[in-house]
Amino acid sequence: MTEFQYTITDREGIHARPAGQLVKEAAKFQSAVTIHKGEKSGDAKRIFAVMGLAVKCGDEIRVCADGADEAAAAATLETFLKENL
Amino acid sequence: MQTIQGKSVFGGIAIGKLSLHQKGKNVIKRLRVEDAAAQVQRFEAARAAALGQLAQLYETAKQEVGEANAAIFEIHQMMLNDPDYCESITNIIQTQNVNAEYAVGTTADNFAQMFSAMDDAYMQGRAADVKDISDRLLSILSGADGGAVELTEPSIVAAGDLAPSETVQLDKSMVLGFVTELGSANSHTAILARTMNIPAIILAAGITNPSFDGQLCIIDGFRGVVYVDPDEKTLADCRRRQEEEAQRQKLLESLKGQDNVTLDGQHIHIYANIGDVKDTGAALQYDAGGIGLMRSEFLYLEQRDYPDEELQFHAYRTVAQNMAGKRVIIRTLDIGADKQADYFHLPHEENPALGCRAIRLCLTRPELFKTQLRALYRASAYGKIAIMFPMITSVGEVLEIKKLIHAVQTELKAQDIPFRDDVELGVMIETPASVLVSDRLAKEVDFFSVGTNDLTQYTLAIDRQNQSLERFYDPHHPAVLRMIGMAAENAHREGKWIGICGELGADPALTETFLAMGIDELSVSPACILRLREKVRSTNVAAVREQALKLLK
Repeated sequence: MTEFQYTITDREGIHARPAGQLVKEAAKFQSAVTIHKGEKSGDAKRIFAVMGLAVKCGDEIRVCADGADEAAAAATLETFLKENL
Repeated sequence: MQTIQGKSVFGGIAIGKLSLHQKGKNVIKRLRVEDAAAQVQRFEAARAAALGQLAQLYETAKQEVGEANAAIFEIHQMMLNDPDYCESITNIIQTQNVNAEYAVGTTADNFAQMFSAMDDAYMQGRAADVKDISDRLLSILSGADGGAVELTEPSIVAAGDLAPSETVQLDKSMVLGFVTELGSANSHTAILARTMNIPAIILAAGITNPSFDGQLCIIDGFRGVVYVDPDEKTLADCRRRQEEEAQRQKLLESLKGQDNVTLDGQHIHIYANIGDVKDTGAALQYDAGGIGLMRSEFLYLEQRDYPDEELQFHAYRTVAQNMAGKRVIIRTLDIGADKQADYFHLPHEENPALGCRAIRLCLTRPELFKTQLRALYRASAYGKIAIMFPMITSVGEVLEIKKLIHAVQTELKAQDIPFRDDVELGVMIETPASVLVSDRLAKEVDFFSVGTNDLTQYTLAIDRQNQSLERFYDPHHPAVLRMIGMAAENAHREGKWIGICGELGADPALTETFLAMGIDELSVSPACILRLREKVRSTNVAAVREQALKLLK
């Protein structure tokens, strides 16, 4: 499993549009991708799960990728988060 | 006449026939079925049809309101593809042996509930999206056409609520305005209304009264009021204001792209004051030549703790990039006195206006200041950022600031972080002391920017928040204007430029005086830019110079 932490700096948090983009990015990989926020977690390939985490600006999230292409998945998502959120 | 007070999401006045859009109420019955598999199939077929409609809506919306605003229909497609949502529906059908409609309705309620329970207005608004996709499924299941609003003549569309898909399907040439009973300023309908420049009012209680359908109606987006069956006086009044507004818009539109140049060829920059990153849109919309004052306080006042370097960097970079090479003057933290945040733990002061505020606070807490300076210099690599410092009273303060800047630059270099080393530095002229030493300040900085509100308060020794002193508070006082004139002379003597970013900058009664003084830049709220441009373009400075400078006598 590959994981990384990221703190959201976008002032609106992971709102609808970036949540959609995030899901699209995660869906490109075969690995299971999970986002953890505190004690809650959600499947990064499911829009309702991602939006349901209600991630806000300043929240720290942990992203875990597990599967054949986990390293690439983690790297892509980390870049996506840095550039967009 | 019926008057309904609501909340405006977009200004403007619309007058026309009210067209009440009654949603085909999807009354959902729970029916027991024998063949659950057939219901799952019905659901899947409806889902496929809904996805097809949404793909079409996305294309339409992209052309009408742009990709960013159309994205919602892409999100809707993702929601319809969400395994949790779909599984919930099929599970309900299979475990309870019920009809697809009931399963969709129940799932919609559950998911909407999840959003409604969030402590965030934006996310609460997303409950409407869940309802929208579910209603779409229900309409398809019931054989309806998807609930498009049919308009045969230009009308004001009234509804309990308008789903984004309904808004975008409307024939825009027939829509004069929107009124809804529900909705929020963050709903996509509100956002679309703003993008399409259509007056819109939400939270208009009782607007769905069936007897209103077909009646003459006025929506006043400036005041957030709806008049149904208006009396003649109201109608005449609104017609007149609508006409004035149209004239004003026409005039202003014609000024976009024009130079800020007087009849006798004197140029002046007209920039925008902004208080937040999102105001950049308005600045560009009104054709600002740059940002003359970006207040950085919002970064601090909206937080529960000190905003870190990353957060600040992103905000400054965004503005610099959006302004695409135009000058963006960012004022460093001006907190204290009337603007405070709890986490600063500022001690109580008897006289906060004369207390530890702005640059004094920054120089007292250099770590705080350095975080902001680092963020500003990092952002400088992405556009034309200039930095100005508030509440300066002495040359010593400027030297101290420069020392800190030098330390920041050394750090950034050591870390290989790019920044521009030709960032213009300026001081705010808002204390009499800064005016009196402006000859020396001008040698140390690249520009001055006059903060007229504080300069008036400190020059006249009048608390500008004390309303009982209003008759003594005269911003046109010759003392204030002489202060500005003196600072301008001293700036120009050193070949530096001077701007005005306080309220006086937008005061048309002083434009001629400022032009006569040779002020190089006026920074005003975005909505004032074009009016000011018109004033500049109709002024002959040489002809009015003597008269204009009499105000200083």
